[in-house]
Amino acid sequence: MHAMREAMAAVRRAPLLTALSAAMVALALYVVGLFAVVTFNLHEALSRVEERVQVVAYMRDDARDAEIDLAREDLMEMEEVESIHHVSKDEALRVAREDLPEFEDLFAAMEVNPLPASLEIGLAPGFRTPDVTARIADRLSIYPFIEDVRYGEEWVDRLHLLQRIGALATTILGGAFAVVAALIIGTAIRIAIFARREEIHVMRLVGATNGFIRRPFLLEGALTGLMGGILASVLVFVSHALVSRAVFRLDWIPWEWVLLGIASGAFFGVLASAFAVRRYLREV
Amino acid sequence: MIKLTEVTKDYSRRGRALDGVSLHVRKGEFVFLTGHSGSGKSTTLRLIHMADRPTSGEVRVCGFSSELTSDREIWKLRRKVGCVFQDFRLLPGRTARENVEFALEVTGSSRTEILPRANRLLAQVGLSAKGGAFVEELSGGEQQRVAIARALVNDPPVLLADEPTGNLDERASRGILELFRELNASGMAILMATHDLEMIRAYPKIRTLELSEGRLVFDSAAAPAPAGRSGG
Repeated sequence: MHAMREAMAAVRRAPLLTALSAAMVALALYVVGLFAVVTFNLHEALSRVEERVQVVAYMRDDARDAEIDLAREDLMEMEEVESIHHVSKDEALRVAREDLPEFEDLFAAMEVNPLPASLEIGLAPGFRTPDVTARIADRLSIYPFIEDVRYGEEWVDRLHLLQRIGALATTILGGAFAVVAALIIGTAIRIAIFARREEIHVMRLVGATNGFIRRPFLLEGALTGLMGGILASVLVFVSHALVSRAVFRLDWIPWEWVLLGIASGAFFGVLASAFAVRRYLREV
Repeated sequence: MIKLTEVTKDYSRRGRALDGVSLHVRKGEFVFLTGHSGSGKSTTLRLIHMADRPTSGEVRVCGFSSELTSDREIWKLRRKVGCVFQDFRLLPGRTARENVEFALEVTGSSRTEILPRANRLLAQVGLSAKGGAFVEELSGGEQQRVAIARALVNDPPVLLADEPTGNLDERASRGILELFRELNASGMAILMATHDLEMIRAYPKIRTLELSEGRLVFDSAAAPAPAGRSGG
């Protein structure tokens, strides 16, 4: 109760200082927030590309339905395989005509359909990697009715590399940003507490318990962090909306991330306060 | 009440501040602690309210030993030892009453008793009329009275005063000393560090201890007469 009153009184007595610390916290978390938006969108984009990873098995014209069905059953039992789409010769031709309208004359003049039927094998999430696609391709080429197997080896490799670079960059940069943000929050809180070291000294002198002295500062640190976190969320949201409208569409990060960001602001606020107060508690 | 036994205090930068000091202040006693600046007066007071710990030897105050009292328990000692300083150490931007109320609040007085107790303490130091004044608006003597009122919030049996009149003119100084004598008369032990020899001479009945270069060189209670003292 006293802690709450004192924390509020501190904000009231030095509104500029509190606002300044909250603004510093907000700025630090804002950078982290922007990074989160960029990371999230990159990850989403890569996932969308990844969903298109598939293995296509072209079948001989004399393949019998019975052997195809058997192979399908076989393949569906593999945990790596998510879906199998059977593309008939007619469908292949239809798709080709749609995709390549400039060759319409050529298609119309053809007496037989030269395109093979195929099986398009979609892979389950987590298995859309170069290893798995190669393994599935090998497995498919065993079937005698399969003439050729394609899976875009090069771009699957490249996508995989891109994903790994992305994950690494996220970890390193995100970690660095988080550390910088924590340091800035710590500094902001320390400045706020430095301004009130006299109060801490007086409290120590007249015999207030350490816990009693600490509590309002911890609460104040939490409030500063919380305000900074909320402010940062608003700033990131506005930035995201502006970029989305003016430049290109961006997905908004999950709300759990936003809450996590605000909570970490409060957490670092408390932590920084605890460290800063401890120093002054030792002085008198 | 206060007992120092063979107390030595070394600081990493300044070197030895106290060197084998033993002294004893009894319950309800009024003692001047004098000496040149740097003689160890402030160090002695800091050791007594345990803002510092002795390098060797023991400090015992109101049943708390420097060897046994942990940092976490210092607050218990602080409620038995009031402290005032030359620079008052009041919280700026607050009124005299708010400064006293702050001390009452942080030592756990209930909301309902804070205001009447603050008013009573201000009356005790003769500042009834100035409770609503900001500390910046008060004279030095008045500020020191607020600091004394604040030091009394826990009704301590011991009052430590480190050059309490150092920033005050003679008249204000006399006023503070008279206030101390009243508090002493009601049973409070007072240990007052001062280098104001005029004041010490003005109160010859008050016991005087003198420090020089970290050693206790004079105790008026032990010496037959103050004639042989080295003045300063």
